[in-house]
Amino acid sequence: METIFPEAGGGSGDSRIEFPVSGPKERTSAGAMNWLALRMLTGDRAKYAALIFAISFSSFLITQQASIFAGLMNRTRSQILDVTDADIWVMDPATQYVDEVYALKDTDLDRVRGVPGVRWAVPFFKGQARAKAPDGQFRLGILLGLDDASLAGAPEPRRMIVGSIESLRDPDAVLIDEAGYHFFFPGAPLRPGKTFEMNDHRAKVAGIVDASPPFATFPVFYTRYSLAMNYVGRERKLLSFVLVKTGPGATAHDLARRIESATGLKALTGGDFGWMTIRYYLTHTGIPINFGLTVVIAMIVGTVVAGMTFYLFTLENLKQFGALKAMGASNPRLVGMILLQAILVGAVGFSVGMGLSATFFLVARTDATRGIVMLWQAMAGTGGVVILIVLMASLLSIRKVLVLEPAMVFRG
Amino acid sequence: MRRAVMCDGITKWFGAGDTKVQALRGLNLEIAMGELAMLVGPSGCGKTTLISIIAGLLDPSEGDMEVLGTRPAALTPKERILFRRRNLGFVFQQFNLLPTLTAAENVAVPLFVAGAERRHAVEQASGLLDELGLGGRLSHRPSDLSGGQQQRVAIARALIHDPRLIVCDEPTSALDAQTGHRVMELFSRVAVRPDRALVVVTHDSRIFEFADTITHMEDGRAVGVERGRPGRTGPDEVPSLEGTLRPVMGRRS
Repeated sequence: METIFPEAGGGSGDSRIEFPVSGPKERTSAGAMNWLALRMLTGDRAKYAALIFAISFSSFLITQQASIFAGLMNRTRSQILDVTDADIWVMDPATQYVDEVYALKDTDLDRVRGVPGVRWAVPFFKGQARAKAPDGQFRLGILLGLDDASLAGAPEPRRMIVGSIESLRDPDAVLIDEAGYHFFFPGAPLRPGKTFEMNDHRAKVAGIVDASPPFATFPVFYTRYSLAMNYVGRERKLLSFVLVKTGPGATAHDLARRIESATGLKALTGGDFGWMTIRYYLTHTGIPINFGLTVVIAMIVGTVVAGMTFYLFTLENLKQFGALKAMGASNPRLVGMILLQAILVGAVGFSVGMGLSATFFLVARTDATRGIVMLWQAMAGTGGVVILIVLMASLLSIRKVLVLEPAMVFRG
Repeated sequence: MRRAVMCDGITKWFGAGDTKVQALRGLNLEIAMGELAMLVGPSGCGKTTLISIIAGLLDPSEGDMEVLGTRPAALTPKERILFRRRNLGFVFQQFNLLPTLTAAENVAVPLFVAGAERRHAVEQASGLLDELGLGGRLSHRPSDLSGGQQQRVAIARALIHDPRLIVCDEPTSALDAQTGHRVMELFSRVAVRPDRALVVVTHDSRIFEFADTITHMEDGRAVGVERGRPGRTGPDEVPSLEGTLRPVMGRRS
């Protein structure tokens, strides 16, 4: 051991004292002190449980609410997401979101087709129809009409549960989403051939599709454009959207700008249209405020409860921290111990919270909640919030220990 | 005679302005190596302040001090921490054992602080507890031990890292007379060595018999030193002067 012999200062010559030199780094292992910190924390079972509960509760609420919120917002653009073969949606210039459209003129389709860079452009209908099952059950559903010739805008073939997209060419053929099928034909096996009424017209299930769930959990029907016109009756204009595929050498954004300038219509890529729809729901409904409030409350409750409990825990151990200081534990070492305790509480609490959240989404999985899942992004965000919470919770404790005078151990 | 502690004109103020309190008033004191020195006096006379200064936990406002041949004032804060870690042992009035640790783990704490490997530290602590008659209580938590046993654990903790100076604050005040006497018997037997000094602050006159010197304090000053105890085979340098009370000559008076 390296030694120094401080100035004797009047002491007798042979009473030199050895002690380690303080180098750039303290030459001690933190292992035993870290273990000590964890024993101090976990030894007080009640406070440890309270800390874990606070963090778990916050983590669970934040992840669950954020995931549900994101899932709901994603649902608002589900019909846009399900169209994967077109790049651009052309619509009335005043359109604000996908669920409220003002129909285009039939001639607008030809105008769009005339824009250089357009590989193909097809009509796309989106509206509502009242569907009625043979047993009298009825519901409003989302009716999507696909171009008769190309069936462009249909869901991807991999999402067909029963039947094929080509079966839409049969008379009265309709594809229905799985949840809608269960509603109209409860208990029936997933099989094509069932018939029902759509706005008093006959419709026949040609296939069952795993469509993305819409915001309002309506059933989703796919049919040919001409058949959709037949179902919804006679209005002067029925063309909801024109779906466009970009030709070679053009980018979707550039082509969208060209369509807008050439036709005076609004043209957006699928991605942009989806975000425009989400922004509409964010700014025109109370959804973000409600969910945001819950998340903020969860953060506040988590921080306050964890902070107070952690602070009380430190206060109760103040004598012990003082004794450690007197025995030669340095401030950085004590701060390290507190941070280690905080990190352990955060890690265990976060894990428990994620477990609770995963269990919730597993148990709550029904037709009504499909598409709403625990998102890794929500988990990652919650992890960040938990780090923030435990850091804030440990700040008071750290301050208390830093200003602690070790001489207090001698005061009764 | 080797000197363990030398205080020369130590003064300590707390607070400022109207609330300024003077706890020590030019106190002079010498404690030799191998000595069990007791500091006695009424409440508020400055005993606790004095041992806090001796232990390097407080800085004197004025005066010169030397502990184990080192002037704490000349050390950087980090050096002072390391000095304390290596050379000082503590016994507290309320034991200050960590309630979540076993007896052996509590004793090992100074070794943990010094960076020792945990298993070896606990093994060493277990051996010492065994020597102190607590071999059957190694895995017991403080709450499962009697007051006397807890103070024996605290004494073991003060000894485990072989310090050169042990500072004790009212070590028997939380114990009944018989237990206190037994604890002091054990303490003086295992802790007093020629190369170590013990400073004990106490009100308990029943343990005065264990002292080599008794320094009487009043109003922040050492007003006299009583020396020796009968039959004590302590350090050869310390003469037995039973019953003599002599004033300490002030160096800066």
